[in-house]
Amino acid sequence: MVEIKEHLLDVVGAPEETTPVVVQAVAVRKSFGRVEVLRGVSLAVKRREVVLILGPSGSGKTTFLRCMNHLEKIDGGTMSVNGHLIGYRENKGKLIEDKESAIAKQRRDIGFVFQRFNLFPHKTALENVIEAPTQVRGENEDKAREVGLALLTRVGLAHKIDAYPAQLSGGQQQRVAIARALAMRPALMLFDEPTSALDPEMIGEVLAVMKELASEGMTMVVVSHEMGFAREAADRVVMMDDGQIIEEGTPEHFFEAPAHERTKAFLSKIL
Amino acid sequence: MAVIVEACSGTRRAAAYQYNWNIFFDSLFRPDPRIIQGLLLTLSIAITSQIIGVILGILGALGRLSRVRPVRWAANVYVWIFRGTPLLVQIMIIYYGLLNTGIWRWDDINVSGFVIQGAWMAGIAALGVNEGAYMTEIVRAGIISIDPGQMEAARSLGMTYGKAMRRIILPQAARVIVPPLGNEFNNMLKTTSLLVVISVPELFVIFSILNGNGPTSFHPFELFLACACWFLLLTTIWSFIQAWIERRLARGSPGAQAQGPSLSARLFGFRPPASDPSALGSR
Repeated sequence: MVEIKEHLLDVVGAPEETTPVVVQAVAVRKSFGRVEVLRGVSLAVKRREVVLILGPSGSGKTTFLRCMNHLEKIDGGTMSVNGHLIGYRENKGKLIEDKESAIAKQRRDIGFVFQRFNLFPHKTALENVIEAPTQVRGENEDKAREVGLALLTRVGLAHKIDAYPAQLSGGQQQRVAIARALAMRPALMLFDEPTSALDPEMIGEVLAVMKELASEGMTMVVVSHEMGFAREAADRVVMMDDGQIIEEGTPEHFFEAPAHERTKAFLSKIL
Repeated sequence: MAVIVEACSGTRRAAAYQYNWNIFFDSLFRPDPRIIQGLLLTLSIAITSQIIGVILGILGALGRLSRVRPVRWAANVYVWIFRGTPLLVQIMIIYYGLLNTGIWRWDDINVSGFVIQGAWMAGIAALGVNEGAYMTEIVRAGIISIDPGQMEAARSLGMTYGKAMRRIILPQAARVIVPPLGNEFNNMLKTTSLLVVISVPELFVIFSILNGNGPTSFHPFELFLACACWFLLLTTIWSFIQAWIERRLARGSPGAQAQGPSLSARLFGFRPPASDPSALGSR
């Protein structure tokens, strides 16, 4: 396996000092047509905190995560990241959706890692990583390459910088995707089931990168059923069911004494 | 009935056709300068019209995919009208229609001594706008064939819709668009001959003139056979260029799409025999 013992954040740059609460969700509601998938979800994630969101499929956990960078609009409540409403601005007590460019600007500081990687197939690993820094932040290409190379080295892919996504395994693609998100120096990293599209033997290499990130103090919200990751890296576990948070606590709480019947039933299936 | 048939064939036999194959070979190997000029004009008009068509196609596709309803509506109407009416009719309206009503005059333009005739520009406009309607559908199909996750990934990195389209979606859609685009240009090279109705002296018109006047007159068989050969030359050269472009675009995508159709498949429509062992099925 890869050596990822060095400090990711040395390369990434520590996130700016902001309010101690990075994510502040208050009674977030969201419907797809008539189906209400989020029924008033509130959650606060502090700086350097790692939160794992659990829940059966259809519980709304992925939708909730996607609301955190406005990949989904919300129908009620408020969602703030870094102290600012995400995707909306307030006008006379009403929420109005932001202009596209304003939303894009907010998303620069929020890294998102997808279940299916979503690497750009027409670009090499390194080109994937430097795309946003050069195109969105307008960074100098040589400098971006240097940083990109360092990031790919840290996720153990220094030898694959010129490979196209189709030439990489799932685990390697996901590590490139993490490096791509980190290249924007995000203050918050969101992971949407980052290991569930991977073969079992590749899950470990991705989780290793994530644990490393967590130990560096990155603020992370992870939708996953990887309880091993929760035990080692998470500060808090949140259980969602039917569009609501039904239980939250430390990983130990979930391993030792889950309170809710739904939680017990769910954990008995995945542990 | 039999009498009429006999009478007709009798008439034909009476005016026996005198073949003159020198006309055919000369038209190909010692062409009248007008033929070369016609060839160049055909090529220039086809390329310019196709470029206009591609630009309009991209705009049309973005319009059809727009979230703004009036934009979507306008793009739909554009495609509806220009795909739904004959190109020949569009050419007549765009040149004579606009000219005679005084809505728009296609004046000649003098570019440092070289005169671009008004009719050429009208022809280019008609072919380009018509092509744009077809390209709209081709580009739209290309864009929607790209995984929506690509747009989400681009936007999660802070790209705007426009930048994501330009940097991420369209370059990938290009691979899907290029094969049908090649077909469109092949068609375009031949369709320029419709401009005969507004007397644009492209390849076909030149041969029509040669057929009507001078020493080569009334040898339509040899002349238009030669004319066909010239068009075939253009489309054949294009198929080589298209194959080269597709190979270049396939770079970085190892696997299935690395090889385009072979040249024989391209020119004659042959299908290669199944080389995939799984296609043999269980024995």
